[in-house]
Amino acid sequence: MIRRSVAVAAAKLTGGLSRRLGFGGGTALPGLVAERIDPEIVSDMAAQLGRGSVLVTGTNGKTTTARLLRGILRSSGLSPVANSAGSNMMRGIAAALAESATWTGDIRQRDRRIGVFEVDEATLPQAVSALRPRAIVFTNLFRDQLDRYGEVEYVGGIWRETIDGLDAKVTVILNADDPSLAALGRRAGLRTLFFGLEDESLAIEKLEHAADARWCSICGRELSYSAIYYGHLGHWRCEGCDTSRPGVEVGITSIETFPEALSLTVSLPNDQTAQFKLPLSGLYNAYNALAAAAAASALGATNHDIERGLRHASATFGRQERLTIEGRDVEVILAKNPAGLNEVLRTITNNGRSENIVFFLNDDIADGRDISWIWDVDFELLSGSLKNVTVSGIRAWDMALRLKYAGFDTFDRVELDTERALRKALTETPEGEPLIVVPTYTAMLDVREMLARWAGKKAFWQED
Amino acid sequence: MAKKLRVAHLYPKLMNIYGDRGNILCLKRRCEERGLDFELDELSVGEKLKSDHYDLIFIGGAQDVDQRRVAGDLREVKGDALREAVENGVVVLAVCGGYQLMGRYYRTAEGAELPGVGLLDMWTIHPGEADKRFIGNIVVEWNGGTLVGFENHGGRTYLGDGARPLGKVVYGFGNNGEDAGEGAARAGVFGTYLHGSLLPKNPKFADHVIQAALSRRYEGIELDEIDDRVEEAAHAAAVQLAMGRSII
Ligand SMILES: [Zn+2]
Repeated sequence: MIRRSVAVAAAKLTGGLSRRLGFGGGTALPGLVAERIDPEIVSDMAAQLGRGSVLVTGTNGKTTTARLLRGILRSSGLSPVANSAGSNMMRGIAAALAESATWTGDIRQRDRRIGVFEVDEATLPQAVSALRPRAIVFTNLFRDQLDRYGEVEYVGGIWRETIDGLDAKVTVILNADDPSLAALGRRAGLRTLFFGLEDESLAIEKLEHAADARWCSICGRELSYSAIYYGHLGHWRCEGCDTSRPGVEVGITSIETFPEALSLTVSLPNDQTAQFKLPLSGLYNAYNALAAAAAASALGATNHDIERGLRHASATFGRQERLTIEGRDVEVILAKNPAGLNEVLRTITNNGRSENIVFFLNDDIADGRDISWIWDVDFELLSGSLKNVTVSGIRAWDMALRLKYAGFDTFDRVELDTERALRKALTETPEGEPLIVVPTYTAMLDVREMLARWAGKKAFWQED
Repeated sequence: MAKKLRVAHLYPKLMNIYGDRGNILCLKRRCEERGLDFELDELSVGEKLKSDHYDLIFIGGAQDVDQRRVAGDLREVKGDALREAVENGVVVLAVCGGYQLMGRYYRTAEGAELPGVGLLDMWTIHPGEADKRFIGNIVVEWNGGTLVGFENHGGRTYLGDGARPLGKVVYGFGNNGEDAGEGAARAGVFGTYLHGSLLPKNPKFADHVIQAALSRRYEGIELDEIDDRVEEAAHAAAVQLAMGRSII
């Protein structure tokens, strides 16, 4: 008990100090300090959460899904504890718990407290054993940061083992449109809830280059699709062994797309329906909203809670965020992996917002050291619309070369300095037109800070 | 009639995990910029390979699971034709997992032995998941210049007397992290761990491969100079980043 309060106090001090000294969000450091002092801190404090915890993991959409889910839970009267700034390893979770506790390590308002934590794919086993969650949401599994995990198959393996060890009371919420996640739901006695897109009118015509996991997990045959939504997500079946996409309990039955919003109809268990306009664009955000709705419904939220929560959703920092600077509408969209970036490019092209773009490609550890993935992105989608392109980041020249292959003359478009690149892109964007900023993770932190400064916005760690 | 490069891309869906598509885009682009025609056939598991039709056969990298499927297909369906093609002077470029399968065998982390096609006198042993994976930027001395790329492999490759390394590791791990060798080569067969993608930012090596492949049917062919300013800049930047970071 004394160790816990010392750990929590130390975490609070470190967090406050690093914020005051301007070291950035200070979102991971306090957790690290707390864990050092008390290794049991996470399980000890999680046990105090009156409504338990939900974990959100997957390659793409963790942050947005967790944020949307928190919005829903808040509108149903709960008070979520969350690692909201994207610090998704154990120390980020420890920091979030410390933040919500008193100086002696007691969680406040226990009976309304629920943990909603986004969890790094490889951290899931530790998070599950420390937090004993009520539910786990799996968004999707794409190739991402192969240099860190080795292979997509590695993450799939970790998840399988985690699920095999789960208590039968835990609800596992899975994306039915992702064949590798559907396979996770086959363990006997597992309590599952499947979600997926039902509206086939939004399907794209063929599998993208970035698509992976197209093989049957049972017999190894190539899967066939009647609809593909993005990457390898879609309505799939195996003609070899007759396995197919499981039926879904929570599904999107219709979508209307607008440049800055999606109008969704979601079918819920017990013949309920939720209908709402989500202030986010892109099919990937339809999936995020769907995953959040599925999780909320598993936790007992009503369709009214879901509608209200999602209608008020705001974009997660850096994932899809708009600022107005000098008469230009500047939108920052994080680039992580081929499937995600393809969907981003498709969305901005469809919305007529792809004329002015600046790319920042970094290869620090948090970005992924291996930048080969840019060769699996269909930058060709931009030909015909992109007029002003600027290229920056540590691996700017690799990006310039990839864009040259997509038909853009990039030799004079490289500006290595982040601030100058951003300034140049902004100046070259005609007033009244949008500028799309596409950074990788570490570049996003810099870019976001500069833009916030120029637009006079507060920094991200001060936001919700 | 324009001269043509005929390429067979083996297992494009199974063996493409590390942006290998860039290598194919590069071959196509460098041919077309010179007015050469480009023909591409994608051959997957079960499909036969014609041993005398192609100028270049490309095979990329994969996850271990997929590599097993490919090893089986090489043994049962395409292996003989591939060996025959090389006898006929066809050029082979094999990257990462594909490279490992060009050797005598690949012993997996679990100790299973996948037989290779034996085009290169080499073998690969995965020491087990507990050992360090060779992951990172790599710079290789090759043909008086450099090759740059990214490597990511658990297996350690050792060469026999019948093969020589493609190049010498300047920064990175290469075949086995011990003898400074990277890749393997013999007449017309090139194997390497470099992806990232390999060819676009190594334009000299790309042309070396294209020229070797075209020489089979067009003796003495010379490739025209093309605008490689972005390619050379990307190459130079990659060398500098790898080396600069190695000092720290
Ligand atoms: Zn099957």
